[in-house]
Amino acid sequence: MTMSQRTNPLHSKKAMREFAGLYNELDSTTATIGKLDALKRYFSHAQPANAAWAVYFLAGGKPRQTISTKLLRQFSTEMSGIPEWLFDECYLAVGDLAETIAHILPPPGNESCIALAVWMEERIIPLRNETPEKIRGALFGYWDELQADERFLLIKLISGGFRVGVSKLLVVRALSELSGLDIKIVSQRMMGWTDSGLQPSAMRYSSLIAPQVAFEGADPHGQPYPYPFFLAHPLQADPETLGDIRQWQAEWKYDGIRAQLVQRGGQRWLWSRGEDLITDRFPEISGISFADGTVLDGEILVWKNDRPASFAELQKRIGRKTLSSKILNELPAVFIAFDLLEHGGQDIRNAAQSERRGKLEDVVSAIGAPGLIISPVIDAHDWQALRVIRDSSRSRAVEGMMLKSVSARYGAGRTKESGVWWKWKIDPYTVDAVLIYAQKGHGRRASLYTDYTFAVWNDDLEGKRKLVPFAKAYSGLTDREIAQVDAVIRKTTVDKFGPVRSVMPTMVFEIGFEGIALSSRHKAGIAVRFPRMLRIRDDKKIDEADSLETLRGMLT
Amino acid sequence: MADLVVAKKEGLFCVPGQFYIDPWLPVERAIITHAHADHARPGHVHYLAATSGAAILKSRLGDITLDTLAYRERTVHNGVTISLYPAGHVLGSSQVRLEYKGEVWVVSGDYKLEADGTCDAFEPVACETFITESTFGLPIYRWQAQNSILDDINEWWRRNGEAGRVSVLFCYSFGKAQRILNGIDNTIGPIICHGAIETLNRVYREVGIPLPDTLSISGINDKARLRGALVLAPPSAAGSPWMRRFGDYSDAFASGWMLLRGARRRRAVDRGFVLSDHADWPGLMAAITATGARRVIVTHGHVDIMVRWLQENGFDASAFDTEYGTEEDDNVAANESIAFKESHA
Repeated sequence: MTMSQRTNPLHSKKAMREFAGLYNELDSTTATIGKLDALKRYFSHAQPANAAWAVYFLAGGKPRQTISTKLLRQFSTEMSGIPEWLFDECYLAVGDLAETIAHILPPPGNESCIALAVWMEERIIPLRNETPEKIRGALFGYWDELQADERFLLIKLISGGFRVGVSKLLVVRALSELSGLDIKIVSQRMMGWTDSGLQPSAMRYSSLIAPQVAFEGADPHGQPYPYPFFLAHPLQADPETLGDIRQWQAEWKYDGIRAQLVQRGGQRWLWSRGEDLITDRFPEISGISFADGTVLDGEILVWKNDRPASFAELQKRIGRKTLSSKILNELPAVFIAFDLLEHGGQDIRNAAQSERRGKLEDVVSAIGAPGLIISPVIDAHDWQALRVIRDSSRSRAVEGMMLKSVSARYGAGRTKESGVWWKWKIDPYTVDAVLIYAQKGHGRRASLYTDYTFAVWNDDLEGKRKLVPFAKAYSGLTDREIAQVDAVIRKTTVDKFGPVRSVMPTMVFEIGFEGIALSSRHKAGIAVRFPRMLRIRDDKKIDEADSLETLRGMLT
Repeated sequence: MADLVVAKKEGLFCVPGQFYIDPWLPVERAIITHAHADHARPGHVHYLAATSGAAILKSRLGDITLDTLAYRERTVHNGVTISLYPAGHVLGSSQVRLEYKGEVWVVSGDYKLEADGTCDAFEPVACETFITESTFGLPIYRWQAQNSILDDINEWWRRNGEAGRVSVLFCYSFGKAQRILNGIDNTIGPIICHGAIETLNRVYREVGIPLPDTLSISGINDKARLRGALVLAPPSAAGSPWMRRFGDYSDAFASGWMLLRGARRRRAVDRGFVLSDHADWPGLMAAITATGARRVIVTHGHVDIMVRWLQENGFDASAFDTEYGTEEDDNVAANESIAFKESHA
């Protein structure tokens, strides 16, 4: 059953069908203009209640998983009447659980025309607390009334795994062009839209595209929402190209969670850049009281011995819902404030960077809380001097520097019109490592070996040199390089364990990563952050790869 | 009794008959199930194939020594009775029925159950042992009726035409292209075929398969005539300079592999039409059951999986290692086309 053929206008009255059609169009075109057209076509026809859910999912909303993967697998295997091993083989060929299920189920016996909003509100979400028997009955019924591409979507919606290649900004653009509203207004109104605490509704959608009211844009009185985050661009040229250093404000670039701290109407909210509300996760930050009408932009870090702890330590905090006093003592979090967006209830994003900085210093110095630290401005008389200071980044546990134009306004997203923020990162750590295991990728790369495990040399107890795995990486190669590596893997396979192939070690890669920490959970005793392939080292034999000793030497 | 057919390094071999079926190395005597390159190789001394496939085979292999059999006609060689039955895969494709001392084996070649207008429809043949292909031997593969896919192609072509764009449909030159030509609505607009496809169209027309009129690109001087045209081209033409003349076009690929999202994305075409000349999973199972065979030997495709499934369902199933490609196999083709696209970026 094809997923791509479902744009037949005869079916357009069926809401799930419509949304599936939109998904297929977005999924099959790589051209931004084509995606924009598809979005506009969909939103110009969709009922507000359905459009509300569509905005939610397209903008990256992730509802909690309604039904566990285990049950989805079990029930779909049952309904299709195939044994488990055969399901597993299908999954290996497809590379996506929802798509596998969509295709192994028998063809539908019925047709339905149920709206997306009804699907979500009356058919999917209510299953959350149901017994497995009830869920089984419901799923068998749902699956029997949907085509393969609709089933695929349904399972993505149920499992919280919906993803499609559109940015939130593109959705904003489509709505702004349809409604005639300024892109900044729509963008502002969309803040918090994907927060799982608030259910999309026809009313919310209507107010999203309603005509602009006087003075709108800034002052969401009493509202919890943050502003669209202003994002930095990587600096690839020499900083000298930026001109006079006095026109630039330099700060450290921290490796934590980007967040906005919002205080309005006596209440405080802490938002991550993914627009998740994380107020309860960091009480030492959300407990700090400001004047009403204050919004700070900054970075959350675990802070120990007057410096940031590794990201791995912060991760231990992110996952936790209940925080013991032990955790709070061992892993204290701080908010490094680097910008002020709202002051005295006024949106000051259009004020110059230098002016906002001045006000930020006033706000922070008036508060004496251990959880609040102002991001220091780094002083240097010329770029060369700044470069020398930047060389100390690693020992300060930061990723490099941020360079902000002193006249920059605070933009929305990765825009450059308002002025620029550059991230001037230090080069990654690198080692040469040997490819020892490979696994097939997912989605576009489902039948190619694209996910690799890399090893470095280490002496075992008897003094014998052995390869120990230390990192997995799957990015950094071109499609053409992947095809080459895939061919070598197929030729040099020595063993298969389920989906994993162990290969004869023949290929050396330069692996880059951002951080390194001790880890008891990894065989090599260390864990690296953001490992990726920088290049294939055809010029190196496996004996010339690096050793675990080299990696240990990188621990600070 | 000893096995009638075994796998040798040259190919599948009929022991008492002393001949091969679709061998991949040069041999004295070869029965050819169909003219796709991985089944019909050059260099054998004597060829035997279905009468309806003779013209295609000669057009591809040149001046070969070829004997032909009409479907269901019998001939005896070294005591083995040989007859050919339609496999429904492409023009002239056959299943090979071998009978020796009362025992019957059938070698399927490549096959498809749904009938189309370009070749004789698949016909089940009763046998004790059935040697089957397994290109799409996974339960995820289930085809929609050909007509609904052709409707989708017509619709896509019509809409592109309305938007003033050319529709470029990539498909394999032999079989798939003619099946599409035979089935589509040729009133929508002009049809242009790549030279590799037109060569085969000529042979199809000569043996009386109805195909609509097609144009070659060199015959079109006025570019305005391209508007609203459907262009059929082999996958290897993707990204080539040949494509440039079509300006702003929408592209699509017709293959069973287009069922999966990952394969569609790797192809990087606007549309994937799931149209295969091979049996889908229900088709494979129906074909096996219809033979009444208790013993099944699986070749090229998802061999291990089919063997295990058949064993669990009471068949005496095993595998033959062969060197047939799954000519719709996307992996090699995808890598080629990626490399091609990069070098022509």
